[in-house]
Amino acid sequence: MADKLAFELVSPDRLLMSVEADSVAMPGMEGDFGVMPGHAPLMSALRAGVIQVEGGGEGPDRIYIAGGFAEVAADRLTVLAEEAIVVDDMDRADLEQRVAEANDELSGAAEGEERRLAEGKVGVLQEMLGAAR
Amino acid sequence: MANLKELKNRITSVTSTQKITKAMQMVAAAKLRRAQEAAENSRPYAQRMERMIASVAANLPSLDTAPPLVVGTGKDDVHLLLVVTAERGLCGAFNTNIIRAVQKETRALRDAGKTVKLFCVGRKGQEGLRRDFGDLIVEYVTLRDVKQLSFSDIRPIAEKLSQMFTDGEFDVCTLYFNAFKSVISQVVTDQQLIPVKLPEAEAESAENAGGDADDLGGAIYEYEPEENDLLGVLVPRNISVQIYRSLLESGAAEQAARMTSMDNATRNAGDMIDSLTLTYNRTRQAIITKELIEIVSGAEAL
Repeated sequence: MADKLAFELVSPDRLLMSVEADSVAMPGMEGDFGVMPGHAPLMSALRAGVIQVEGGGEGPDRIYIAGGFAEVAADRLTVLAEEAIVVDDMDRADLEQRVAEANDELSGAAEGEERRLAEGKVGVLQEMLGAAR
Repeated sequence: MANLKELKNRITSVTSTQKITKAMQMVAAAKLRRAQEAAENSRPYAQRMERMIASVAANLPSLDTAPPLVVGTGKDDVHLLLVVTAERGLCGAFNTNIIRAVQKETRALRDAGKTVKLFCVGRKGQEGLRRDFGDLIVEYVTLRDVKQLSFSDIRPIAEKLSQMFTDGEFDVCTLYFNAFKSVISQVVTDQQLIPVKLPEAEAESAENAGGDADDLGGAIYEYEPEENDLLGVLVPRNISVQIYRSLLESGAAEQAARMTSMDNATRNAGDMIDSLTLTYNRTRQAIITKELIEIVSGAEAL
């Protein structure tokens, strides 16, 4: 068995990351989980949150994703994320402003669909801000 | 005989047209490289997504409980055609090919007694179909202001599509787009989006044995959440991915088509300039000869 885990992070735009890591922790739909080499085959939906890569060498070790899917098979981990941002690249001030803007939008939003969308937006942004801390 | 000034004017105008087509060709060539790259970059995601869906679907205990996006509504009365075209013209038969294919399909479906609805992405498709099937166009999205297509641009389209499906506005959705085969060839492609065509179990195992070095030998996946729910999340996402991919492909194909057609236009303009110049010179010669004859015969008469 390999002592490293082949970790790939793919977004619809491109292959973002492909490294050998010791372990990777992810925000699963039904609770966070970690994957190490030799993990049983697993397929899971991911919610918005931070992926933590341990021993990934050169690559970034904390990446924020806005939901996605993970597939674990034979010492290989593939994460499909719609949107992924390296946590270190996040701009606190910019995020805070976006949260404030989203909050404004929420308070001005009408009932129903619009309100639901605004709430979702605030939630995602706050999650991002939390990750940036 | 055409007069000289007129000929000269025409030569100038054709020359400037040639300059424009030449410039457009070069712009298209530069854009093509970018578009092709984007299309290639989107491939890993789509491939892995497909593999995941195939794997989940193969392990599905029964298809009866699967989400409606997968199994369909059980009818096929109302067809929605999602038509992907370019925003601009001047790219040869690129848009016409799609429009013609859609018209043909629409007529065929109508003759079979089905209802057809059209969802146009791109201005040219809407313009081309408006005349014959204006009343069938239920939705029209233009990506005119989008410079570099990103995944978030697709979301409104995909959301609209699932909303319409949930509201029971159509039973089957087919995507029409130009696939980028090579720089000189674009292929009109139709792909069924909803209900999702699940890859055959056999095809999947064959692919595993052939292409995938990490063949698990039938190891059982653990699913979280369980298969049906996971499929319920995966499939809508996959629809967005398919639309995204088709738009990227269509973008690359559009630039390729424009490049070829502008290359042709430049060459035609060159031919035209040559023949006009020839006429111009001949006419000039004829006039000089005529003047000489007049002078000589005038002198002889004295």
